[in-house]
Amino acid sequence: MMTDRLATGLAILATMLVIAPLLIIFVYLVFKGARSLNLAFFTQLPKPPGEVGGGMANAIVGSAVLLGLASLIGVPIGIGGGVFLAEFGRGTRLANAIRFTADVLNGVPSIVMGVAVYALIIKPKIPWLPFTGHFSAFSGGVALGIMMIPTVCRTTEEMLLMVPNAVREAALGLGAPNWRSVLSITVRTASPGIITGCMLAFARVAGETAPLLFTALGNDFWSANLDRPIAALPLEIYKYALSPYDDWHRLAWAASLVLIVLIALAVSLVRYVTSRGVLKGAS
Amino acid sequence: MPDIRIAQPKPQPPEPASPEPAAPAGKARPKRASSENSEIRQFLSSRGNSAIADRGFKWLMVLCALSIFGIVILIVTELILRSQLSWHAFGLKFFFSSFVDPDTKQTTYWDPVNGHFSALPFVYGTLVSSFLALLLAVPLAVGVAIFLTEMCPRGMRGPLAFLTELLAAIPSVIYGLWAMYVLVPILREHVNPLLSQALGWTGLFANDNPTGLGFVAAGVILAVMILPIISSLTREVMSAVPNAQREAALALGATRWEMIRMGVLRNARIGIVGGIILGLGRALGETMAVTMVIGNTPEIHRSLLANGTSMSAVIANEYAEAITDLHLSALTEIGLALFILTIIVNALARVLVWAVTRGAPAQVMH
Amino acid sequence: MGVGIEVANLNAWYGSNHTLQEINLNIPANHATALIGPSGCGKSTFVRCLNRMHETNPIARVSGTVRIGELDIYHDASPVEIRRRVGMVFQRPNPFPTMSIYDNVAAGLKLNGYSNRRSLDEIVERSLKDSALWDEVKDDLKKKSGASLSGGQQQRLCIARALAVDPEVLLMDEPASALDPVSTSKIEDLIFELKTQYTIVIVTHNMQQAARVAEKTGFFLNGRMVEFDSTHKIFTNPSDKRTEDYITGRFG
Repeated sequence: MMTDRLATGLAILATMLVIAPLLIIFVYLVFKGARSLNLAFFTQLPKPPGEVGGGMANAIVGSAVLLGLASLIGVPIGIGGGVFLAEFGRGTRLANAIRFTADVLNGVPSIVMGVAVYALIIKPKIPWLPFTGHFSAFSGGVALGIMMIPTVCRTTEEMLLMVPNAVREAALGLGAPNWRSVLSITVRTASPGIITGCMLAFARVAGETAPLLFTALGNDFWSANLDRPIAALPLEIYKYALSPYDDWHRLAWAASLVLIVLIALAVSLVRYVTSRGVLKGAS
Repeated sequence: MPDIRIAQPKPQPPEPASPEPAAPAGKARPKRASSENSEIRQFLSSRGNSAIADRGFKWLMVLCALSIFGIVILIVTELILRSQLSWHAFGLKFFFSSFVDPDTKQTTYWDPVNGHFSALPFVYGTLVSSFLALLLAVPLAVGVAIFLTEMCPRGMRGPLAFLTELLAAIPSVIYGLWAMYVLVPILREHVNPLLSQALGWTGLFANDNPTGLGFVAAGVILAVMILPIISSLTREVMSAVPNAQREAALALGATRWEMIRMGVLRNARIGIVGGIILGLGRALGETMAVTMVIGNTPEIHRSLLANGTSMSAVIANEYAEAITDLHLSALTEIGLALFILTIIVNALARVLVWAVTRGAPAQVMH
Repeated sequence: MGVGIEVANLNAWYGSNHTLQEINLNIPANHATALIGPSGCGKSTFVRCLNRMHETNPIARVSGTVRIGELDIYHDASPVEIRRRVGMVFQRPNPFPTMSIYDNVAAGLKLNGYSNRRSLDEIVERSLKDSALWDEVKDDLKKKSGASLSGGQQQRLCIARALAVDPEVLLMDEPASALDPVSTSKIEDLIFELKTQYTIVIVTHNMQQAARVAEKTGFFLNGRMVEFDSTHKIFTNPSDKRTEDYITGRFG
C-alpha cells in the first residue's frame, strides 16, 4: 500500500513538474511581452540599437511571405503524396517505404534542411537561374515548404484512410472517372481532417528559426521581395534575445507573444475543426 | 419426411412485360418521354473513356509521393558533396582529433583561422546535453503518462493532456529566450552553486563557470522540450495495452501500482523505449534553444557546469559567416554526421513504436 | 427501355479463390430477376461482375463474356462507361455524407460533367419521385445532408441517385437487408414500379422477397448457378434437389 501511494504521489509530482514550466513560460510571455506590445510594434520598423521604441512590422510581413510560399509548396505536394498513399498505393511496398521515409524525415533537424537548401540554391552561382547565388526569401520559403511536405502527406493519408470504402464504391458505381471520384468525393469527405493536418504543419514551421538562419537571413528593413533576404519573427526573436540591449530584449518578448498567439490560434482552430468537422464528414 | 414447402407466396404468375404494373400502392407516376431518356444517356456516352485523365492523375500523385524520396536524396547529395573538401582534408579523424599549439601547449579543436577543424567538442556536446536531457525527462514523462492513463480522473484527462501537448507547440527559439533570461539566472544564482557544493567531489560539477550557461542549462531546457514526445508516445502505447491485462493483474490481487507495473508497463515496455529513443532523436537535433544557453565554447570539459557547444549549435552560429571554403565544408560535414545520427536514431525509434502499436498484437513480454 | 443480359462462361476469382464457376444465364429485359442462395455462394460477386465493380479489388480476376444489350462489357467498353449504364444499389445505404439530398441525387451527373442547372432540377425531382422519396424531402432538398435521413430513406436516396443517370440495368445487392420491415416493403413496392422501365437484378437472402417481386429467380450455390427459372417454378416445383433443400430450409 505504501509503494502504491508513493507511486501515485510521484506521478502527480511529475505531472505538476511538467505543467509548471508551461505555466511559467506562459506567465512570462504574457507579462513581459504584453507590456511591450503597442501599435508601434505592428507598424514600425526596428530602430537602431540604442534608440528606444520601434517595432517588428517587417518581420510580421516577412513571416507571412515565407509561410505563404512554404504553404504553396508544402500543401499541394503533401496532399498529393497522401492521396497516393491512401488511394493508389495502399499496401504496396513503395507506399510503405514512402510512409516510413516521411516519418523519419519528420525527425530530421531543421537546421540540416537549411544546410541542404543553402547548398542547393545559395551556394551555386548560376547567372541565368533566378534566386541562386545569394540569400533570399525564396530559399527560406523552399526550406520551410520542404519541411511541411512529410507532415501534410502523412496526415492526409490518415484522414483519407478514415473515409469508408462504401463512399468510394458509391462514386465508382455511378460511373465517375477515378480521378473525379478521388478528388470530388473521397478528398472532399476527408477535407476537414486534411485541413487540420495542413494547419498543424503550418503551425510547426511558423516557429522555425534554424532553417532561416542562412537562407532568408533576416532583414532590418521593409522587404517582401522574394529575391532578397527577408525578416521573420523567429529570426528577430533570436537576434534580439542575443543582443546586449534591454530594449531589444523586451521586443523579443513581445515578438514571442505574438508568435505564440498566432500558433495557438492555429492549433485551437485545429481542435475545433477536428471535434466538429471530421466526425460529421467521415461518418 | 413431410413434403415441406415454404408458405405459398402470393400467387405471382410470370408476367409478360405489362405496361401497367400491378402495384399495390396506386400512385400515378408520370411516364418519361423517351426523348428525355436518351438526352442523359447521350450526354453520358459522349463523355467517353477517362483513361487518359485517370492515368495522368495517378502519375501526378505518384510524383508528389516520390518527392519524399527526392527530399532525402537532395539532403544526402548536398551534404555529401559539400563536405568533400573537409573529408579529404581530415578523413575520419575529423571526429576525434585535436590540435596542440606548439608554443602555448594549448589543445584546440576548432580554429577556423588556422584551418584546424575537429568535430570532437561538438559531438561530445550533443551527446552530453542530449543524455542529460533524457535523464531528466524520462522519469517525468513516464510519470505524467502513468498519471494521465491510469490514475487521472476522467474529466481532467483531456485538459491536462492538452496542456502537455501544448508544450510541443512552443517554438524552440521561444524556449531559448525564456531559458536565457529566466532559467539561466536561476541556475546561476541558486542551483549551480548548490550542485558544485554538494556534488563537486564527483568531478562533474566544477565551480569555475559563473555564467549559469553550459550543459546543465542546455540539458534542462532540452528536457522540457522532449517531454511531450516521450509522454504522448508512452501514453499511446500504454492505452494500446488491452484492458484484459489490467484486469488479470488485479484479479491476482495486485495493488494499483503493481497492476500498472506488471500489467501495463511490462507490455508497453518496447513502445516506451521507442518513445524514449524518439525523444533522444529530437534532443540530438535541437538547435535554437541549445545554442542560446550552452555557451558556444568549442572545448571539452568534464564538468557539466562548464560551457560547451553542440553540432547543431556550431552550424547555427557559424554557417552564415564561414570564413573559408574549408570552414564551410567542415560545418557541412558536421551537418552530415548529425543527419545520419538522427536518421538512425529516428528509424530505430519508429521501428520499435510501430512494432507495438500497429504490427504485433500486444503480447505479454518476459 | 431496359436491356437483357447474356452471361456466358463467366468465371471469377479473388486471388486464388475461384468464386464463380462457369456461370451461364440470360436475364430478361424489363423484368426483375432475383438471385438467391446461402451466404458466400457468390451471388454478390456475380452482380459485381455485371457492372465491373468486381475488378476494383486489386486481386480480382474475371473470364468469360457478359453482354448487356449488344455490348460485350469486358471487351467493348471501359468500366467507367459500363457503370454509367448499369446502376448499383448497395447493401448498406451509402449516400455521400458531405452532400445535400439534392447534390446526392445529382452526383452521378455532376461527377461526369453535367452542368445544365435547370435540367438537373427536373432530373432530381423526377428521380426522387421515381424512388418514392420526393414527398418526404421536397422541402429540404438542399438544406439537409444525405446522411441525416433514416435508413430506409437513405436507401431510397441511393436508388434515386442511381436512377438519375438513367441506366438501362439496375443491380441491387440485398438492398433491404439493413432496413426495417416498413422500409423494406416500401422498397419492394418500388421495385415493382421500376421494373417496367429498367432491367432489375436483385440479390436477396429473403426468399419471400424474391417471390414477391421477381419474375425469374436464380439459385446460386458454392459459386455455381444451380437453377434458373421462373420464380413460380423455383418455389413450387424446383428441378434440382439442392434448390428444393434450400428453399425448404434444410440449409442456408
